[in-house]
Amino acid sequence: MDTQQELRLSDDLLAFIDIWKEKRGNLIMILHRIQQDFGYVPKKIAIELSRYIDVPLAKIYGVLTFYHYFKQEKPGRNTLAVCTGTACYLKGAQDLLHEVENLLGAGVKQTTEDGEFSVEAVRCIGCCGLSPVMTINDEVFGVLKTDELAGIISKFHSKSSGQQ
Amino acid sequence: MPYKKFCLVCSGKQCASGQSEEIYKELKKLTMEKGICQDVQIVRTGCFGLCSKGPIVKILPDETFYVNVGVKDARAIIDEHIIAGQPVENLMLRHENPAKESRFYQKQVRIALRNCGIINPEDITEYIARDGYAALSMALFEMEPKDIIEELKKSGLRGRGGAGFPTWMKWKFTHDIRDQADEIFIICNADEGDPGAYMDRSILEGDPQSVLEAMALAGYACGSSMGYIYIRAEYPLAIERLYKAMDQAREYGLLGKNILGSGFDFDIEIRLGAGAFVCGEETALIASIEGERGMPRPRPPFPAVKGLWGKPTVINNVETYANIPKIILRGGDWFSRIGTEKSKGTKVFALTGKINNSGLVEVPMGTTLREIIYDVGGGIPNGKAFKAAQTGGPSGGVITAEHLDTPIDYETLGALGSMMGSGGMIVMDEDDCIVDVTKFYLDFSVDESCGKCAPCRIGGRKMYNILRKITMGKGTMEHIQQLRALAVPMQKASLCGLGQSAPNPILSTLRYFEEEYLAHIRDHRCPAGVCKALVTYTINPDICIGCTVCSRKCPNNCITGERKKPHVIDQDNCIKCGICYEGCKFGAVQIA
Ligand SMILES: Cc1cc2nc3c(=O)[nH]c(=O)nc-3n(C[C@H](O)[C@H](O)[C@H](O)COP(=O)(O)O)c2cc1C
Ligand code: SF4
Ligand code: SF4
Ligand code: SF4
Ligand code: FES
Ligand code: FES
Repeated sequence: MDTQQELRLSDDLLAFIDIWKEKRGNLIMILHRIQQDFGYVPKKIAIELSRYIDVPLAKIYGVLTFYHYFKQEKPGRNTLAVCTGTACYLKGAQDLLHEVENLLGAGVKQTTEDGEFSVEAVRCIGCCGLSPVMTINDEVFGVLKTDELAGIISKFHSKSSGQQ
Repeated sequence: MPYKKFCLVCSGKQCASGQSEEIYKELKKLTMEKGICQDVQIVRTGCFGLCSKGPIVKILPDETFYVNVGVKDARAIIDEHIIAGQPVENLMLRHENPAKESRFYQKQVRIALRNCGIINPEDITEYIARDGYAALSMALFEMEPKDIIEELKKSGLRGRGGAGFPTWMKWKFTHDIRDQADEIFIICNADEGDPGAYMDRSILEGDPQSVLEAMALAGYACGSSMGYIYIRAEYPLAIERLYKAMDQAREYGLLGKNILGSGFDFDIEIRLGAGAFVCGEETALIASIEGERGMPRPRPPFPAVKGLWGKPTVINNVETYANIPKIILRGGDWFSRIGTEKSKGTKVFALTGKINNSGLVEVPMGTTLREIIYDVGGGIPNGKAFKAAQTGGPSGGVITAEHLDTPIDYETLGALGSMMGSGGMIVMDEDDCIVDVTKFYLDFSVDESCGKCAPCRIGGRKMYNILRKITMGKGTMEHIQQLRALAVPMQKASLCGLGQSAPNPILSTLRYFEEEYLAHIRDHRCPAGVCKALVTYTINPDICIGCTVCSRKCPNNCITGERKKPHVIDQDNCIKCGICYEGCKFGAVQIA
């Protein structure tokens, strides 16, 4: 994600919306695409979309707020997600979450002050065999112990040398 | 020139997190280097189901299973096995007890998972080579729509998404009114919301074509030309594979206009879920495809009559679909010979929790829990005692040790107060607290309630609060009665399955583990040592050798003692983090 990204519907997005505009029940698919581009659904874009597809803003926000997947705030540079599905819960996911909060000072659905990490709790990512599981961006860390967290997190911090 | 050997590399999610992609690339590179890429094909496949032993590599036709493979092992596999013909002993799936290990597959019968881990899911020709689309072409040219429904009826197939409704009946409802409708829709429910299950994801990642073929069969049987797959946005790999699969199917004339020249049109579109569990419920799912908030609608009318955009709609689960091409091809009678009297065929379970072989298993209906846990699953790790297995996720309940020998099917599980559910099976051992787990499920249901009706919105919250009090040591005897009193009306008065079934975990655990609830309330004790507020850590002076490990690790510096003398915990300052308990190698720290 480019931090300087302009908050407007790009040509790409408009082309996508034009295809979907004609289909029934398109709103959720369009919002997914917007979130894919921006990392969240910015208010400015929601307003612009409302005009473009002629759907009341209230309806757009009705849908946005109903579904957990959609974000209205800009997420951190990295997304850290602790699985809190059943298998991971049994194997100590809560302890992982507490330790993450200790280390980052940000709890679930929060972003660190430096904008480096957003913390999320997700439900079963289908790696139960490796529980407890955490992901940072697309990378999966399994059979995790709380004392391994600090080391893993520091690798993703932009100021660290181990950065990808 | 045909290949002499195949080297299958699991690209399922759990193996991928163990660098299966790097292993795949290394194997490819080595076959190029050695000039044997004409003889051996390296293939990425879906999950083999043995995820806790991944990354997995399998060699065909030798049927050799390599487990816990690393990138560095690629060379040995190529040099020793592929070139010299000598399997690499130390990587082979063989353990303390070989007979026991192989039972992981012996008790399994793979119908829904028939291609998972065997074909490359991104190559339609591999699906076709294993009889893929044979059922569809047979149906289009040799069968009437009613014949298809008749085969399904004979097969006895019931929905695998939870409720177990006979699939043929749904199809027949829609089939019978097809002439009165201008549009009919086929939906695949791939929302997979149970927070401890991933059967459907593995099917879509490992064998997406089987679901497309089955949806086309449903379209032909029910007079529909349009299908939708509603899939969770949290499954990006499955989504990508579905898109690829659809493109290839269209290219081969197996999807789209005039399929195989038969005159039958059928196409499929993908719609993404957005993280609302209630959207797995069929009427909420339909609302979500329509682009609305995913709120359930009262039934009747049932979707089979009035569904998506008010039109007749057939909606089935991923695993249900995955069975269908095979049923059509081999006949309903064949399928109905597997399983029990009222539950036919097999069921896929995601076996997780305190179990040695965590992974996906597919067993005939009627297999006992004991066989699943001890033979297929390899038993409980670390010599711990089995406590219960939970099925049906937040809508289900527990099965206890005394029922280990019950043959599992829809009816028996229901009679035990649990349910088949979509296939999550979570094994708990003596270290798991029943009240805590029940609280976990209630928390989930409360969080996911859409809030449309009061019994679910308010009742669920009340029950959760009571459970929380009990786990914090603030429970009273009245709480037990209140839980029971709240549960029944909530089951009866809630609008949709979420609210109707949310009390099930409470009723089921009260039925089998009331004593454990009472221990929390009466004795202020959590027998499993999970509920922090009720736990006291003490050091047994007879066992403690004074190694000082605990006192150095304690975050609150509340353990004191001289070297080589028994240590003591200052209870007033202990924050009950349990670090001393986990850290002591001598078992001197005890839970009371
Ligand atoms: C709260 C709730 C969640 C559900 N989630 C799912 C799900 O994730 N996947 C699924 O296939 N069915 C789910 N169902 C069941 C569906 O409503 C429906 O019965 C099913 O998709 C029908 O397909 P089948 O007959 O093939 O099982 C859910 C039901 C309820 C009440
Ligand atoms: S039972 Fe719960 S989830 Fe279902 S409609 Fe009512 S409030 Fe919504
Ligand atoms: S770690 Fe165990 S043995 Fe060592 S001092 Fe603590 S209680 Fe005693
Ligand atoms: S439970 Fe934690 S705080 Fe209490 S004595 Fe043990 S290590 Fe210290
Ligand atoms: S419960 Fe965490 S991966 Fe399944
Ligand atoms: S992901 Fe490889 S065996 Fe399941």
